[in-house]
Amino acid sequence: MVHVSPHKAGAVPAIELTGATKRFRTPSGTLHTAVRDLDLTVAPGEFVAVVGPTGCGKSTTLTLVSGLEEPTEGEVKVYGEHVDGINPNVGFVFQQDAVFPWRTVLSNVTAGPRFRGVGADEAREKARDWLARVGLAAFEDRYPHQLSGGMRKRVALAQTFVNDPKILLMDEPFSALDVQTRALMSDQLLELWAGTGSSVVFVTHDLDEAIALADRVVVMTAGPATVKEVFTVDLPRPRTVEAVRLEPRFVELYREIWASLGEEVRITRERGAGRAA
Amino acid sequence: MPLETVPADPVAAPAATRTEVRERAARNRRNSVFAARAGVLVAFLGLWEVCARTGVIDPFNFSQPSKIWAQIWQWITHGTAQGSLGEQIGYTLYEALSGWVIGVVTGVLLGIALGRIRFLADVFGPYIKVLNAIPRIVLAPIFLIWFGLGPASKVASAVVLVFFPVFFNAFQGAREVDRNLVANARILGADNRRVTLQVVIPAATTWIFTSLHVSFGFALIGAIVGEYIGATKGLGLMVAAAQGTFNAAGVYAAMTILAVVALLTEGLLTFAEKRLFRWKPADSGDGR
Ligand SMILES: Nc1ncnc2c1ncn2[C@@H]1O[C@H](COP(=O)(O)OP(=O)(O)O)[C@@H](O)[C@H]1O
Ligand SMILES: [Mg+2]
Repeated sequence: MVHVSPHKAGAVPAIELTGATKRFRTPSGTLHTAVRDLDLTVAPGEFVAVVGPTGCGKSTTLTLVSGLEEPTEGEVKVYGEHVDGINPNVGFVFQQDAVFPWRTVLSNVTAGPRFRGVGADEAREKARDWLARVGLAAFEDRYPHQLSGGMRKRVALAQTFVNDPKILLMDEPFSALDVQTRALMSDQLLELWAGTGSSVVFVTHDLDEAIALADRVVVMTAGPATVKEVFTVDLPRPRTVEAVRLEPRFVELYREIWASLGEEVRITRERGAGRAA
Repeated sequence: MPLETVPADPVAAPAATRTEVRERAARNRRNSVFAARAGVLVAFLGLWEVCARTGVIDPFNFSQPSKIWAQIWQWITHGTAQGSLGEQIGYTLYEALSGWVIGVVTGVLLGIALGRIRFLADVFGPYIKVLNAIPRIVLAPIFLIWFGLGPASKVASAVVLVFFPVFFNAFQGAREVDRNLVANARILGADNRRVTLQVVIPAATTWIFTSLHVSFGFALIGAIVGEYIGATKGLGLMVAAAQGTFNAAGVYAAMTILAVVALLTEGLLTFAEKRLFRWKPADSGDGR
């Protein structure tokens, strides 16, 4: 097992999970362990991608960091502070559409600042700025149902970035999009992120996407999730998804990581087959 | 057939023409539906009238459209035994509307409170189920005893009829709010109050509005039944009075007026709903 250490030695890590375990009570009353004894450290400004088989506990890990859920055991810290409830420094882009369907695009993006007590004018100004950056300035009066899936995701990005989160949690944010849109969104994410200096934990099932985006790729075991291996992606930045994919080092990394991930995927699939039988 | 016979339409934008043709077809279809509807009504009324006149049905029990219309016209021009027709309609509407507003407000507030606060739901759940199991229309005589012949007893009947469907819909709506939306709002910085006001309530409005439609009908029923049992004014009293004098035409005439009033208020609600739900995709129908 590879020991995980923060990039910049000495600095307080942005995220630190130590021995984090999460159990859920299932409807039948038994306990289900979703995350088991998980150690993970993310340095300030670092982009970490998390890959693992479906249902292994990746989303649960993110909810622990966000403060939406509490760990059953272990410790979760954000910037050295024990996580207790929702941390205002954390932004979260959800897997499913989570923009408010009854609010216009602009109103969706102003929601965060308004919830946090920013005045209406200032909130609108900030929101317009972020809408312009994600290329939706012309759509501020639309309702979400009038937008394409990719546009709705960009609203979600603007909605999250407008709060200036120091930590950005993203749960398979682009998985519902078609391949071309996904590549465009990845590039756009890298651009948006480059200016912020925030740390990102990006959950994905797409290994291409993980390597193209991240500084490090964390491979999770089959559920209950714990860290299996961590790979450092030593590809130069700035990157664009389409170009970086063609580099020999990318292919090499892909092969290495897949060797590790594939095994867990196989275990998960065999379990599923066993259950189905 | 040789190709040349295909009408060589000039360059005059065939797309626009096609839209026009389609629009005309749609208009024609709409018109023929309206015409057919009117035809059905006329045929029904005509058959009724003919049957009554020829003695196939007994006009004493079943009345006949011409007499009903004469009765309505007489009420319009000369007023009813209790006062002008407008006053009777106003009275009934006032009772129904008051009962509806009170029932809706309490139903929505309690529904959302219980939907949001688990403890309250656990405590009050069984009581609400028991109350809901009572056939509420039988409460109307009790309200008459409690609140007298005035509007209060009718308002009370309307309230109990309206409250439950609204309550259950608001409760369900608050319960079934998309968990992602709530999580997103909390991450974005919303406290509990804001989550309730800005996420749960908007998300539950679809559910609530579904019940508003049905429940206005219930409010009218509550008011009418209350008036029918005992009142000094109102459409329900007109039904009771007409029945008391074996005036079948009067009963039907009051019912017709009621139906028209109910349809008009229904139309107003639909209009309000369209304004309120602009954020919904147009073809998602009338909400769940
Ligand atoms: N709220 C919950 N209650 C019960 N079980 C849950 C809950 N959330 C997740 N789980 C279970 O925990 C496991 C991990 O889920 P999740 O973190 O969503 O996986 P992933 O995101 O890796 O696909 C799954 O088996 C899932 O069924
Ligand atoms: Mg997930």
